Amino acid sequence: MATAEIVSAPAPSESPPPWTAALHEWLVTVDHKKIGVLYVLMAVFFLLVGGAAALLMRVQLWAPQLSILQPITFNQFFTLHGTTMVFFVGMPILIGIANYAVPLMIGARDMAFPRMNAFGFWSTFFGAVLVYFSFLVPGGPPAIGWFAYAPLTENSFARGPGVDCWALGLIVSGIGTSTGAINFVATILCMRCPGMTLRKVPFFVWVMFWTSLQIIIVMPPLTVALTMLEFDRQLGSHFFDTQAGGSAYLWQHLFWFFGHPEVYILVLPAFGMISEVIPVFSRKVLFGYEFMAAATAAIVFISFGVWAHHMFSVGMSRTLDLFFVGATMLVSVPTGIKLFNWLATVYGGKLVLKSPMLFALGFLSMFVIGGLTGVILACAPITFQVTDTYFVVAHFHWVLIGGTMFGVFSAVHYWYPKVTGRMLSERLACWQFWLFLIGFILTFGPMHFAGILGMPRRIYTYGSDRPWEIWNQLATIGAFIQAPSYLIFAHNLVISLWKGDIAGDDPWDAWTLEWATTSPPPPYNFEVVPTVKSRRPLWDLKHPDDPDWKYE
Amino acid sequence: MLAVLAATTTPENLSTFSPASPSAESIKGLFILVLAIMGGILLLVEGILVYALVRSRRRANREDAEPPQVYGSKPIEIAWTVAPCIVVFVLVLLVGRVLWEVRPDPDTPPAGAKPLYVTVVGHQWWWEYRYDSYDGRELGITTANELHIPVSAPGQPQRPVYLNLQSADVCHSFWVPRLGGKTDLLPGRSNQMWLQANEPGLFLGQCAEYCGTQHANMLLRVVVESPEDFEKYLAAEAKPAIDPTDKLALADKNAFRSLSCVNCHTIRDKQDTRVNGTFGPDLTHLMARKTLAAGMIENTPENLRKWVFSPNAIKPGCLMAGFELNEKEMNSVIGYLKSLK
Repeated sequence: MATAEIVSAPAPSESPPPWTAALHEWLVTVDHKKIGVLYVLMAVFFLLVGGAAALLMRVQLWAPQLSILQPITFNQFFTLHGTTMVFFVGMPILIGIANYAVPLMIGARDMAFPRMNAFGFWSTFFGAVLVYFSFLVPGGPPAIGWFAYAPLTENSFARGPGVDCWALGLIVSGIGTSTGAINFVATILCMRCPGMTLRKVPFFVWVMFWTSLQIIIVMPPLTVALTMLEFDRQLGSHFFDTQAGGSAYLWQHLFWFFGHPEVYILVLPAFGMISEVIPVFSRKVLFGYEFMAAATAAIVFISFGVWAHHMFSVGMSRTLDLFFVGATMLVSVPTGIKLFNWLATVYGGKLVLKSPMLFALGFLSMFVIGGLTGVILACAPITFQVTDTYFVVAHFHWVLIGGTMFGVFSAVHYWYPKVTGRMLSERLACWQFWLFLIGFILTFGPMHFAGILGMPRRIYTYGSDRPWEIWNQLATIGAFIQAPSYLIFAHNLVISLWKGDIAGDDPWDAWTLEWATTSPPPPYNFEVVPTVKSRRPLWDLKHPDDPDWKYE
Repeated sequence: MLAVLAATTTPENLSTFSPASPSAESIKGLFILVLAIMGGILLLVEGILVYALVRSRRRANREDAEPPQVYGSKPIEIAWTVAPCIVVFVLVLLVGRVLWEVRPDPDTPPAGAKPLYVTVVGHQWWWEYRYDSYDGRELGITTANELHIPVSAPGQPQRPVYLNLQSADVCHSFWVPRLGGKTDLLPGRSNQMWLQANEPGLFLGQCAEYCGTQHANMLLRVVVESPEDFEKYLAAEAKPAIDPTDKLALADKNAFRSLSCVNCHTIRDKQDTRVNGTFGPDLTHLMARKTLAAGMIENTPENLRKWVFSPNAIKPGCLMAGFELNEKEMNSVIGYLKSLK
């Protein structure tokens, strides 16, 4: 990073600062670009941690009645795996990439509140540290599952302070996420460069705006629920303490009112990312921008009314069930609109098959499967059978890996040259892509069958009379094919800092503003704040005879 | 693939695709229909994707200039908004119909039916069954981990089973895949569930809502038997425990009564109400059950001995304590338990 900065720094070159000074600079930085990189590094670190836990669980499930992991350890691992992947990998990596890209894409010099931006990152980071601190407390980490159904989290059933570390850690990191979202909303509303009306923002920026609104709306219910839980545990209240008249049902409603929109928070930014990548690598403008934009808003609105589809088996009334069936299925309409528009963008284009596009195509072909199993799960009676089974595990991994992770990898390969001034290795990216794709399909494909065959999730082992062994073995093999792809990715990120080809300002011949400045950009982003006339200012610049603003 | 999933109908088969009850059958029908629709959409989307890629790849090899920029098309957008709306509308209607089929009202069983009402209480990590009434008859039998129900064969009066699901501690979920979908057991709440079996046999399942350390071994066994056998079962379970007559057996019983077993377990006895704990499973007819530790191990004298001596060695984390009984106490306890036929 440091070398790359010197290459492009406009000031006279100096000798590289001592590492303490560099460290100090990174710790106290309020630059949106550095903070974005910190978010991504944090996420990659926790990705490896959460992935290691997943691998150990897959080993434990290789055959019936293994005791490689103790029951309690297995339960702690799936709790930490879920919590980590959602809160310390998914959200930080998406927020981090957006933190880097959004100000550049709208021609701003920084986020609206740079200090709050730094506060947001460090809150998220120390929240994660607090959750992992539970390894050092008596009883160890919580064994409650990432959605932590009451009353298993109450003092009567979870005696050690592990649950307290978990709940407080999530409150702290939730504060960080909320400030990040507030910052995005303020930045996107107030910091756009001249000419960039709200209808002319790059699509990723538009998506981040809506995702941020969603975060602002659904984080408070989570914080409230966690606070009530801590009141129960530490101050003797009885919100979820069923033995004293509390309600287990209430926790589920509060948690899923956060929890379902959370899933969209994890996937919408990935939608935005591939909406940047697919046009550039198809050499075509995004098809149906307005409809895509409206579909994004529609998904956000509908997402607030679908949470109880996680609760079809808790015995709501049939009428209520049917309402949530309808609301949930309605999400598939705007999601379908997006999918068809991406396909229409590819159609008639000129394919440039570089690594960002490879991952974007992985997204297109895989996410649709996760979406369709989502429609299956929206059918309440089917859910009575397959909820809380491996079918659900397969479904949401298909969305979060087949969707979010493919989108994230696409985005990282797309913007890495901008961040570092160097290209990622295409050869390593290719290895990563194919191992990842094959491993992913082999890990989570068989889980659909295990679920249909009656295998519940969150079991540390199963009897030898159960017909699930073969599906578990396929999944475990898949996990071990997948695992090296993440290591190759991490390796590629590091090695390309030195070995990567020099990128130049605009290696992809792209159209949004971040490619108009140097790679890496100077701390102030743009020497002159640009003025734009359309959604693709660089297209206008490159094609003065046929500019976009004539058609928009 | 579907054929493979539904191949066998042995007890080991827990496939949602080999239904043995009306509700599981309805759900299977819906499942296959929805799978077919989704499969069609999947093929369509992947087909378009591949076609678009092949075309744009060919162009990439041919031309240097940028392709024509197409900004969108209102008619096309409207078409692919309306089409999914129609699919969703039809699906919601279909789901509504099946939903009403599989969740009937337990207070109004079909005319001429002989309903069985059972209260199921989930415990960490075992099942308590309280038989409330059958065909209008009050029962008041309590047992554990093995639910017996009458078969509801075609051509005979229907014998629906209505479960009243409750929990003594945390959330659990009752799920026997071949007999229908799952319903959760929430503390502080009573949930209703309809169970009805088309054929006799043993049906396995297990708790489906994570409920703590031994969630994986909270196994379910439902024995579906002919109405005659079911009557016999009820009669046997309704009897109090056999009163030992010989001296040795009486000594075993008294030894058992003096140990802390009685704090958690109940053994129904005509005169003696000392053994009346409710924290653990009712042991009145323990030897009539096929398994121990909620379905984990077979109920043999050797297994029973191992289990009583050290429950945590078999089921790590389980809430039954091994009280470090000495050899003599173990012999008495096992001797007495073995007599609880």
